[in-house]
Amino acid sequence: MSILVNKGTKVICQGFTGKQGTFHSQQALDYGTQLVGGVTPERGGETHLGLPVFNTVQAAVDTTGATASVIYVPPFYAADAILEAVDAGIKLIVCITEGIPILQMLRVKAAMAGTGALLVGPNCPGIITPGECKIGIMPAKIHLPGSIGIVSRSGTLTYESVHQTTAQGLGQSTCVGIGGDPVHGMNFVDVLSRFQADDQTQGIVMVGEIGGGEEEDAADYIKAHVTKPVVAYIAGQTAPAGKRMGHAGAIVTGGKGTAAGKIAALKAAGIEVVSSPTEIGVAMKSCF
Amino acid sequence: MNIHEYQAKQLFQHYHIPIPEGKQATMPEQAGAIAQSLGGEGWVVKAQVHAGGRGKVGGVKLAKTSGEVAGFTRAMLGTRLVTAQTDAVGLPVHSVLVEKTYPIKRELYLSLVLDRGTERLIFIASAAGGMDIEAVAHDAPEKILTVSVHPAAGLQGYQCRKVAYALGLSGTQHKAIAAIMQGMYSLFLAKDASQIEINPLIETDGGDLLALDAKINFDDNAVALHPDILAMKDSAQEDDKENEAQQFGLNYITLDGNIGCMVNGAGLAMATMDLVKLKGGLPANFLDVGGGTNVEKVCEAFKLILSDGNVKAVLVNIFGGIVKCDVIALGILEAIKQVHVAVPVVVRLEGTNVEEGRALLSDTGLGIYAADDLAHAAEQVVALAEAVA
Repeated sequence: MSILVNKGTKVICQGFTGKQGTFHSQQALDYGTQLVGGVTPERGGETHLGLPVFNTVQAAVDTTGATASVIYVPPFYAADAILEAVDAGIKLIVCITEGIPILQMLRVKAAMAGTGALLVGPNCPGIITPGECKIGIMPAKIHLPGSIGIVSRSGTLTYESVHQTTAQGLGQSTCVGIGGDPVHGMNFVDVLSRFQADDQTQGIVMVGEIGGGEEEDAADYIKAHVTKPVVAYIAGQTAPAGKRMGHAGAIVTGGKGTAAGKIAALKAAGIEVVSSPTEIGVAMKSCF
Repeated sequence: MNIHEYQAKQLFQHYHIPIPEGKQATMPEQAGAIAQSLGGEGWVVKAQVHAGGRGKVGGVKLAKTSGEVAGFTRAMLGTRLVTAQTDAVGLPVHSVLVEKTYPIKRELYLSLVLDRGTERLIFIASAAGGMDIEAVAHDAPEKILTVSVHPAAGLQGYQCRKVAYALGLSGTQHKAIAAIMQGMYSLFLAKDASQIEINPLIETDGGDLLALDAKINFDDNAVALHPDILAMKDSAQEDDKENEAQQFGLNYITLDGNIGCMVNGAGLAMATMDLVKLKGGLPANFLDVGGGTNVEKVCEAFKLILSDGNVKAVLVNIFGGIVKCDVIALGILEAIKQVHVAVPVVVRLEGTNVEEGRALLSDTGLGIYAADDLAHAAEQVVALAEAVA
């Protein structure tokens, strides 16, 4: 088994008829994802990419039985879209949208507490179980069904990790991009605990970056609970303090969230941290 | 986004946070006249730049006469202020803030920030104001009180009382600090701030509380929702190249090295900088060309990198997901057509349409080195930069 999504997962798309929604929904269909419909207000009743369009997430869920949703709406509408999905009982919400105001995410997270819904992202590439279900913007071709679980704050570094583990013949169980925003859904620990419990996953690649303290939390968690081999990489060793490195969450402030601090914490927990992003695949392979 | 102190204090005024009497000036005579109209026996002239640490480098001056106010203003305007928080070039002083001075009994610290770990807004308060709060937090954490606000409940009275007692305030000051905290909280939410800092918050001899300094940062993701805040932007306080990059939707940050980097994705861009350093080179910049890129954007990115005179070689590292490698290749060729490229360019392409991209860049005779392996690409660009230097 993989984690979170598999070939049985029924998915809808919010922002279905938009440019991004259309392009990536077609890619998902081509991959074999069970995309069962989409939501665009005022377009309910239409057919798009051969699938039904609904006015509300509730209507889509009631008709299709979808349990997962992917969100491609513009940043100022994304908080609303996430909460609409929660309200409709969607269990897994994947928000690709970049640039959501942080205070809106703060309220979304507070409103989600206790609902049991899981949020991946925002500002992330999404989630994929190779060969079964692709929800997001990652290039399909580089993936290979296999044994490595990948979790990362960065989209393109997820692709690097996938590419390298594919080249090593290991393949991936599930890849989760948790996103580059300071306030976001599932964190490293949420994903690591599922990889640890998953039979298909034999090893874990964890890619972190500067800012925040989630890598340090992950280090503590891995030391206490994870028995599978973990290879980690932390981006931003040369990043100057006080500068936001693209991702809203990638910033070193007040001497906190440095790459050096995160690497030290991971190493202290006995985790192998590669110093070069090109060594992730080789290091993972050498664990088997 | 940052704003000036005088702008932050205007916002404070709207939210009933008490500030010293004062006004912004852009000319020496104007500054002198402001001092006269404010009255009192002393004034402070504060250079308006987007950086702290002004006092230690002559950016904050105490004046006894309006003539002195004009004189200090004349000396500051048109200069660049280099503080511990700026680079070696410093920031231009285009205006000053002239304020009445007040007899200070105590200097306190109060800020409101977002705590990522708890996903809450938190107030940070300390009776040890006027200093570097990070140093206080490090050396004497017991002198710092934090109060976490639940987004649904909002700021509560007991939380203000907690701060008031921790700061050693009494009597009517309890009401005053509650009003200041409520003002900060309202302002933060209404304008999508990311940080509001008052350091120092002074207690005057008369017992009044005043925000002697004011620093507000805003969430870049939200400023488009607030035209009034966006209007406060002062591009002169920002790096020219970073401003230019923003116009084209590029994420660019100037660094000190000599190897230009063009990458897609913030994480991979950081990783590429790290890799260059690991191989013995120094990156000249961080540059993320972003997701939905096109030939024009790549072309502008390339021009931006080459406008830095320190750049001795360029490393292009693209992992095509949404970004297609052939589009990147066309952008590079277009840029080379438009600007004279005197430095070697190492290109590593991977992902969507990689074969088409590599084919476009091979055998061009334009000083482009195609690499199919990232580690090798980094080694190559470092060697080429050294050869040129």
